[in-house]
Amino acid sequence: MVAKSDLVISLKGIVNRFGSQVLHDGLDLDVKRGEVIGIVGGSGTGKSVLMRTVIGLNQQAEGTITVLGQRMDEISDAERTKIEARWGVLFQNGALFSSLTVAENVQAPMREHTDLHPQLMDELAALKIRLSGLPADAGAKYPSQLSGGMKKRAGLARALALDPDILFLDEPTAGLDPIGASEFDQLIRNLQQSLGLTVVMITHDLDSLVAICDRIGILIDRKIRVGTLAEHLKDEHPWIKEYFHGPRARAAGIGA
Amino acid sequence: MSDPGWVKFSTSGSTAVWSCGGAWTIEHATRLDGDLTIPAEAKSKSAILDLAAIDQLDTSGAWLISRHGKALATQGFAVETKEGDPDLAVLLKRVVETEDVLPQEPPRRNLGDKVAEVGAAIENILVESRDLIAFFGSLVSALTRLAFTPWKLRWNAIFSHVEQTGLNALPIVGMINLLVGVVLAFQGADQLARFGAQTFTINMLGISVLREMAVLLTAIVVAGRSGSAFTAQIGTMQVNEEVDALRTIGLNPMDVLVVPRVLALMIALPLLTFFADMMGLLGGGLMCMVLLDISFNQYLSLLNQAITVNHFWVGLVKAPFFAALIALIGCFEGLRVSGSAESVGRLTTRSVVEGIFMVIIVDALFSILFSYLGI
Repeated sequence: MVAKSDLVISLKGIVNRFGSQVLHDGLDLDVKRGEVIGIVGGSGTGKSVLMRTVIGLNQQAEGTITVLGQRMDEISDAERTKIEARWGVLFQNGALFSSLTVAENVQAPMREHTDLHPQLMDELAALKIRLSGLPADAGAKYPSQLSGGMKKRAGLARALALDPDILFLDEPTAGLDPIGASEFDQLIRNLQQSLGLTVVMITHDLDSLVAICDRIGILIDRKIRVGTLAEHLKDEHPWIKEYFHGPRARAAGIGA
Repeated sequence: MSDPGWVKFSTSGSTAVWSCGGAWTIEHATRLDGDLTIPAEAKSKSAILDLAAIDQLDTSGAWLISRHGKALATQGFAVETKEGDPDLAVLLKRVVETEDVLPQEPPRRNLGDKVAEVGAAIENILVESRDLIAFFGSLVSALTRLAFTPWKLRWNAIFSHVEQTGLNALPIVGMINLLVGVVLAFQGADQLARFGAQTFTINMLGISVLREMAVLLTAIVVAGRSGSAFTAQIGTMQVNEEVDALRTIGLNPMDVLVVPRVLALMIALPLLTFFADMMGLLGGGLMCMVLLDISFNQYLSLLNQAITVNHFWVGLVKAPFFAALIALIGCFEGLRVSGSAESVGRLTTRSVVEGIFMVIIVDALFSILFSYLGI
């Protein structure tokens, strides 16, 4: 049993539907403080929709969302803004503001939520940029001058700008080369440990699942099955079996 | 929640001690930054950073401590850090290890750089003009090639653009020209009445609407409406790498994107101009009926005496040229988009401004040509 205060995110009975298509039907999910949870599932099972629902970009049809002990549908806008300052989101392609430099991108949430003076803001932005594994001169560049992997790192630096409690990552390693991807995994694990983050990541990268996820949530039959890797390996569901015992899983050293 | 962060300075014997405690987080960073000073009484050469009382630390707090430690070290202090919670120590270590991150000062600009900037701006204009002319050349060559193989033209795209740029623009073009007809007739009648030449209002109205007003206003509306749309459409495709995708599957963006838009606008703008002529004359006519106290039939017969068909053709013949210019600039700027959403916005603005500017320049050239030819 986990104490209630240790639950960072708690979803109860989430229903999402688009037209006649039901994506989630009574989905429950609890995320504990300080864990890295990976969300997997086939195409069109609503991984991104689930993440967007939690961060409030998509309104669920039914169900309740509790983040950091606050019911998201009951709180005022001001309280909501406070919660928003405590999570960071890395979108799939970085979603950097293209008219701002990387350093300005990182400073954007600081400007909105804090009263830091400009010099300290510059220093902190430079620190975040370095922490996310970019060279120091990347701060002055515009997103269009960066490669895909660098954009992800810059997006991570922006997500970390306010030292959030929760980090949402949408396919952080997709499109990175294997070396870059495993560096990124290490970086996330490293930051998670030193900053005490709770990480929710959507991923298809079996190596990341093995390397950094404490628990894995599998979106299946409009619900989510959460468990450790060892528990999932025993699952008899055909899709899960296929997922963890397929050739790619064997290559990643799982199953077999 | 823990206490807000605090720092206390004290001296004991030959050591200076900074004791820190509470929450060293981003909310308190500005205040803590001001409090972390090196007072004058810290003359001794050994310093202790006592962090035992800190119960919450984030990267901002860790950065302030790390920076303070480095500042002390550069002033010759022997710095000793007393860490408290091992979890916090991990974070502090990570921040301290991140090598010097101070952003570099941008180099100061001197007069020479400013002169160089002016030169670069002028060079930019020249290069852009050259590129536009080159683009015009490749458009002409594509049109010539397609003239011999008209079945290769993308008729669907052409008709769809005629609908968007022509048919859908009818309400706004009609409204504007109707109102301008009304205004011209009213102002004209007012001034000409002083000479008792009120009936010449109709001459003035007919000639100015047919020769200049209708075509010019329509071209300006279309430049704002369709020139911008062309730039934004092609620019967004450019950002999404759709234009590159076209090239890789062997399609020429000139044939697929530019030619249909140019041809469509060259069809749509003359038709719109004809409609604008009619609406302008109608608006003016309604005003004349009120001001001159004549019937609509009388207005038509006076108009018939006042103008010749040449006036009509002089206006209409300019329309396809304006259309080609607007579409050419719209597509050219769209294809120049690179990378960002901001660049789409900047080049769309530029496309409209250049389009309108060029339309007016060419209109002036036509006026000179027609007066030389005596039409």
